[in-house]
Amino acid sequence: MTEMFSAAAWRKVWTYRLTFLLGLWNTVRTAFLGLLLSVALGVIFGLMATSGKKSLKRISRVYVELIQNTPLLLQMCFVYYAFAFSGHSLSIIFTGVLALGVYHGAYMAEVIRAGIEAIPKGQFEAAHSQGFGYVSTMSEIILPQSIKIILPPMVNQVVNLIKNTSCLYIIGGADLISLTYSFVTGATTGGAYAPAYLVSGLLFFIICFPLSTLATVWETALKKRERAAVPKDDTERMVEEA
Amino acid sequence: MIRLENVNKYFGDLHVLKDVNLEVGEGEKLVIIGPSGSGKSTTVRCMNFLEEPSSGHVFIDGRELTAKNKTKMIRENMSMVFQQFNLYPHMTVLRNLTLAPMKLHHKTKAEAEELAYHYLDVVGLRDKAHVYPTTLSGGQQQRIAIARALCAQTKIILFDEPTSALDPETIQEVLDVMIRLAKENITMVVVTHEMGFARQVADRIVFMADGQIIEEGEPEHFFQNPENERVKQFLGKIIR
Repeated sequence: MTEMFSAAAWRKVWTYRLTFLLGLWNTVRTAFLGLLLSVALGVIFGLMATSGKKSLKRISRVYVELIQNTPLLLQMCFVYYAFAFSGHSLSIIFTGVLALGVYHGAYMAEVIRAGIEAIPKGQFEAAHSQGFGYVSTMSEIILPQSIKIILPPMVNQVVNLIKNTSCLYIIGGADLISLTYSFVTGATTGGAYAPAYLVSGLLFFIICFPLSTLATVWETALKKRERAAVPKDDTERMVEEA
Repeated sequence: MIRLENVNKYFGDLHVLKDVNLEVGEGEKLVIIGPSGSGKSTTVRCMNFLEEPSSGHVFIDGRELTAKNKTKMIRENMSMVFQQFNLYPHMTVLRNLTLAPMKLHHKTKAEAEELAYHYLDVVGLRDKAHVYPTTLSGGQQQRIAIARALCAQTKIILFDEPTSALDPETIQEVLDVMIRLAKENITMVVVTHEMGFARQVADRIVFMADGQIIEEGEPEHFFQNPENERVKQFLGKIIR
């Protein structure tokens, strides 16, 4: 046990630091591309779910339920092997982007649906009564109000997405977790379990913690802006009247 | 200006409008009264397709309103004032007023703001241009909502119980604005429980019960010798 934290073990991790950085790089770019896909899918299916059109709602529902009720690991294997056996071998990164994007897209869709449904019906009615069409109602009136409801859970999804790159391990990925595992079990590099996983964990934390913090700060700022928007002289007058 | 022809509306099994026929002339001030659940709000909401009739036709200025043309027809012909104001809480008062003129009526920012300040003067709230709506009292919010409706400069304004959600002491300030408005050549359809307002402003009053128009007429006739028993009962209860 003491060996695990020995200076030698730490030195070994330091010597192979590029392995960890490569893993981090792979994780970050897979996550980033996966995020783009998941947001795109989330917006499309989230809007479908709130469209009021039965057929669109149903399609969105099927997608969300199918994806949310099967394991990501299975979906990842499915994408990888299904394509492999049909003769279109996909790169691991591409598989990761596709599987993570589709998986988190289902959660993003739910986040966006909930954000839109939280806006009072009167807002839609006011927009309708002024003659706004669907697109401008959404872009000018509904989504700017939904954003602070959507944002925190959405950033949580981003954090989850980054962590879920670890599932790439099952198809022999080159992400941070997979490379960490290869490192600690490798014939020449093996053994330094504790430092390796600590470093790996720290790298995840360094990426994910600022994101979570950003979401909180952003949310608070958005909420404050609406309250604090009274010009000073008006505030004073209101205080005097009260 | 507005014509409802054999309009029926069902909510599930509930038959809320039963073959309603109604015509509103240009510049006319029509007040719809009646007990709650009588279909008066649904009637006015059918006029701008917030509720699409289950059957029947709605004509605006001689053209039939359809699911397809509603956005354009509404934009060009009518605006609405709601019970719950429905101002956009993420925008300042000024932005609430200039949004539609800029986005829908192709006004420049300067034109839209000039228009907005003009109507803020009309409702007496010029000094609130830069605050957010939620900081205002109910009466003030409703006056802003009326100013927003006016900024579209449409010939028709629909009012769906504009004072029902207000504190008693702020009702009059909103009614005063509406009374002033009634002197203009705007077609107004007002669902309300304010009998004093109805009497003062209406060219014609329509009484609804159970999804049907039971009686209609000029205010004097209406308040002095209503023919229908239900109207008598209703007025007896509401006017003391």
